[in-house]
Amino acid sequence: MTPQDPRPCDAASAASDAAPPAGPRAYDAWLDEASLRRTWTRAPGFYGWLTATDHKEIGRRFIATAFIFFLVGGVLAALMRIQLASPENTFLSPDRYNQIFTMHGVTMMFLFAVPMMEAAAIYLVPLMVGTRNLAFPRLNTFSYYIYLFGGILLYVGFVLDIGPDAGWFAYVPLAGPEFSPGKRMDFWAEIITFLEISALVGAVEIVATVLKLRAPGMTLRRMPLFVWAMLVTSVMIVFAMATVETASVYLILERLVGTHFFNPAQGGDPLLWQHAFWFFGHPEVYIIFIPATGMVAQILIAFSQRPIVGYPAIVTAMIATGFLGFGLWVHHMFTTGLPWIGLSVFAIISMLIAIPSGIQVFCWIATLWNGRLRLRTPLWFVLGFIFIFVLGGLTGVMLAAVPFNFQAHDTYFVVAHFHYVLIGGAVFPLFGAFYYWFPKLYGRMLSERLGRWNFWLMFVGFNLTFFPMHKLGFDGMPRRVYTYLDETGWRPLNQLSSLGAVVLALGVLVFVVNVVRSLRRGAPAGDNPWDADTLEWAAASPPALENFRNPPVVDSRYPLWTRTPDAPVVVGLSDRVQEALVTIAIDATPDHRTVFPGPSIWPFIAACSVTLLFFGTIFTLWAVPVGLVLLTTSLVVWLWPRHPDADRDEAPPAS
Amino acid sequence: MLSPRPYPLLRYAGAALAPALLLAALPDLARAGLVGEHDALSPAGPQAMHIDRLWRALLWGCTAVFALVTGALVFAVVQHHPAPNTHDLPAPARRRVVRVISFAVGLCVAVLSWFTAETLIAEHRLRGLERPEDDGHLTILVTGRRWWWDIRYEFPQASDIVATANEIHIPVGRPVHLRLVTADVIHSFWVPALHGKRDLIPGRENHLWLQADRPGVYEGQCAEFCGYQHAKMRLLVIARPEDEFHRWIAEQRLPAREPATESERLGREVFLKSSCVMCHTVRGTGAASRAGPDLTHLASRRTLGAVSVPNTRGHLAGWILDPQGIKPGNHMPPHAFPAEELHPLLDYLESLK
Repeated sequence: MTPQDPRPCDAASAASDAAPPAGPRAYDAWLDEASLRRTWTRAPGFYGWLTATDHKEIGRRFIATAFIFFLVGGVLAALMRIQLASPENTFLSPDRYNQIFTMHGVTMMFLFAVPMMEAAAIYLVPLMVGTRNLAFPRLNTFSYYIYLFGGILLYVGFVLDIGPDAGWFAYVPLAGPEFSPGKRMDFWAEIITFLEISALVGAVEIVATVLKLRAPGMTLRRMPLFVWAMLVTSVMIVFAMATVETASVYLILERLVGTHFFNPAQGGDPLLWQHAFWFFGHPEVYIIFIPATGMVAQILIAFSQRPIVGYPAIVTAMIATGFLGFGLWVHHMFTTGLPWIGLSVFAIISMLIAIPSGIQVFCWIATLWNGRLRLRTPLWFVLGFIFIFVLGGLTGVMLAAVPFNFQAHDTYFVVAHFHYVLIGGAVFPLFGAFYYWFPKLYGRMLSERLGRWNFWLMFVGFNLTFFPMHKLGFDGMPRRVYTYLDETGWRPLNQLSSLGAVVLALGVLVFVVNVVRSLRRGAPAGDNPWDADTLEWAAASPPALENFRNPPVVDSRYPLWTRTPDAPVVVGLSDRVQEALVTIAIDATPDHRTVFPGPSIWPFIAACSVTLLFFGTIFTLWAVPVGLVLLTTSLVVWLWPRHPDADRDEAPPAS
Repeated sequence: MLSPRPYPLLRYAGAALAPALLLAALPDLARAGLVGEHDALSPAGPQAMHIDRLWRALLWGCTAVFALVTGALVFAVVQHHPAPNTHDLPAPARRRVVRVISFAVGLCVAVLSWFTAETLIAEHRLRGLERPEDDGHLTILVTGRRWWWDIRYEFPQASDIVATANEIHIPVGRPVHLRLVTADVIHSFWVPALHGKRDLIPGRENHLWLQADRPGVYEGQCAEFCGYQHAKMRLLVIARPEDEFHRWIAEQRLPAREPATESERLGREVFLKSSCVMCHTVRGTGAASRAGPDLTHLASRRTLGAVSVPNTRGHLAGWILDPQGIKPGNHMPPHAFPAEELHPLLDYLESLK
C-alpha cells in the first residue's frame, strides 16, 4: 500500500455527519482534490487578502511584520549606540533619545518578540499537530489586523514626534498626567492595551488548537516540544496580558478621566503600577523564552537525529517555569524599599527558577552528546544560544541576590543581562528556527555559507556589544542616560560596544540578503530536507492550502521516524467545506468533526472599529461610544449564527 | 575530557577584553574635580563591602558553573560520535544520561542553595548596619527634584539646619542616615562606592544608611529614569575627617557673607532685583524661594548643574546666561544680563563661600 492509499483511522467514524462515504476506499475514490483545493482557496485580489483566514497566510504575514519591526527596533538601537559612542554627544537630543529608547523597548517586546513567537505558532502549530487550520480562523485574522494597526499607529506617533518617552515600563508618576502632559504617553497606554488584545486572542487560538485539533493518536505525551512550549506560553499570556491590560487601562483612566489610582495625595500609590506592570513584565520574559526553548528542542532533535533526552523533564520544566514565572516580579522592585522579608522570599523564588532552566540546558547538552550531529546553521544558532543563554541566566541568578541587586539594578549590568537572555534566549533560537523552517515555508533552502557568516557575525557582534556593558554597570553607568561626561571614563567600553553593534548589524544584514537571495535562487527543498521527525515535514514544502490531503494519524512521539508506508490517515472529512477532526484533549481520540468558518470581511471591520475606539480616545472621548457601536455591530454580524447545514449544501449524497 | 576554556565571564577572566578593561581603568588616573570614585567594586564603606563580598561569591560560583556547562557543551559537540545509524538511543546510554543529568541538577541545587545562603547573610549584615532612627546619628534629608538633589542636614534646632544641593558631606567612619523623599517623580539614590541604590518614591519615605571608611569624593547618580534630563542628575558624597566635617557644617550654618567690595554689593543688588529670587534662597537676604538650589554657600560647592560642570567663574557665567546649553531641559531659564551687571553678579556669587 502507498501512503496515497489510506487505511481507515479507526475512529474517523466517530464523525457525526455522514456526508462523505464511510469506507476508506470509497472515501479515497470520492475525495476530489480539485474540490478540496477549491474549498481551502481564498477569494482572489485585495478583498481576498483582507478576508483571508488560512493560518499559513496569516502566519507568514505575522512573521514578516514582526521581522520588519525587529529591523526597525534594531535601527533605533543603532541610533542609541551612535549617540553613546562618545561622551556628551549631540547626535540625539535628550528628548529624542528618551523617545528612542522607549520605542526600542516597546518595539522589541510588544511588536517583535511576543508577536513573533505567536506568529511562528500560528504557522507551525496546526501543521505540527496535523490539522488544517487554527481553531478560530477568523479570530486569527482579527488578531493580525489589530497587531498591524497598533504597530503602525505607534510609529505614526513616533514619526510625528509624539512617540512615548517615559520608558517601555511607563512608571508613574512620570508617565502620568502631571509629568507627561501631551499625547505621548496616551499613545503608549492606548496602544499597549490595544496590542495585547492581539496577543490574548492569539493565545486563545493556540490553546484551543493544541488541546482540541491534534491528530488522532497524538496524546499529550507525544506532543512535539514546540507545541508544548506554545501551550504553556499561551496559558501564561492569558494571565499576564490580562494584567497589563488592567494596568494600562488604569493609566488611561488616570490620564484621560483624572482618576487617582497612583496618586499618593488621594490615597493611591505609584508602587501599584510597578506591581501590576511587573506581574505582567516578568512572565513576559518567559513568554518570549519558553517558545524559543521549544524551537531549540525541535532543532536539536532534527540535527542530532535522536529523541530528545528527558522529554518528561523538559515538559515539567516548561510548566514549572510557567508557574514560577508569575512569582518573582518583585525582583524588579528590590530597591523600592519593600520590607526585607519580602525581598528574601522573592530572591529565593528568583533563584528557584534557575532549576527548571538548568534542567532544560542539561537535557539539551545530553541530546547533543548522544547525537549524530549535523552541524548546519540551525544547530550553530542553537549552540550559540546555549552559550549566551547560560551566561545571561547566571547573571540573572546574580541579580536575584538582593544586596547585589541594589548595586546592579538599573545599570548597564542589567542591560547586559537581559540582552543576554533575550537576544541569546530568543533571537538566536528564532534565527535558528528560521533557517530550520524556511524550507517548509517557502520550499527553498537558505544558503548554508551565508548562514555561517550570519551566525558568526551575530555571535561575535553580540558578545562584543553586550559583554562590556557588565563592566560599565559596575563602573556606575545607569541605564537610560542619553549621554555621559568624559570624566566618568565610560568612553572606551561604550565605543567597544558600539563597534560590536556594527558587527551585529552586519550579521542581520547577511540574514536579510540570504533570505532575499534564497527566495528566488535557493536550492529546492523536498518535503523533509532535514529528516526531521514532526508532522509539518510530512506536508509539502510549502504546504498545500489544506495542509494534508489526509490528515495524519500518530503512533509515537517522533511520528515521521516511526512511520510505516501503510500508516493510517484520517478519512471522512468533507472536501466541500473547511472541515477538521476534533479530538479529545488528553488522549487525542477522535471526537467529532467541525466546520471552520470561512473567510469574512468582518474580522477586518471589527479590527478597524477597535482601532478607532482606542486610537480615537487619545483625541476625544466620543471615540468610546462611536467605537463601541461600530464594534458591537461588526461583532454581531461576524458571529451571526449560520444554519448548521448552510455550509454543507453542496455536500454529496452519502453513498 | 577537554578542559573547558571559560569564557571571560566577568571582571577578572577578561582575556579577550583585557585591553578594553585596561583602557577603561586609565581615566581613573586623570580625573578632574567633576567626578569622584564611582566603582561598585572598590567599596569605600561597610555596606558596599558586604555587597562586594557577596558579588565575589556569585562571581566565582557562576564562573565555575559557566565553565562546566560550556565545557560540557563544547565536548558534546567536538567528541567523536560513533553512534549507530538509528534514531533510537541504546538503553545503557540512556541510563547513563539520566545519572549525569541528575547529578548536574543536584549540583545546580547545591550552588543555588549556597547563593541563597550568601544572599541571606549579606542581607542580615546590611540590616545590622541600619540603626534606629532616633539614635542621634547624623540625619540628612535628601529630596529628589528634576533634575537635582536638595540636601538638608536635620538638627533639632531650626537655626542649625544646613541646606545645600548635589553635594553631601559626611564624616569619615560614622554611620549616616539618609531620609529619601521626592518632590516630583521617582528617582533613585545611588553612590556605587558606598552602597546600592534606594528609590525616592512619591508618598513614601525611604531610608539608607551610609558610611565611608576613608576620606574621598564619591560620585553618584540618579538611577531611576526620571524624564528629560535623567542623565545629568548627579551628586557627590564628600567624606572627610570628623573635625574638618564639623568645620564645614559650622560654615554652612552661617548666613551668606556680606558683600566686601563695591562690585559684590552691586552684584547682590542685581541678584535681588532680578528673577533669581523667584527660585533661589540666599540666607541673610530677602531671597527665600525653594524652587531651586539654596545658594547661600554656592561658592563652597565644587560643581554646577548637579555635577554637570565645575564651579568656575566661566562656567558660572555660562550657567547664568545659557543654562539650557549646558544642561538642556533643566528648569533654570536663561538670563541675558548685560556685562555691567553680569560681572558684579559673578563677583557676588563667587563670594558666597
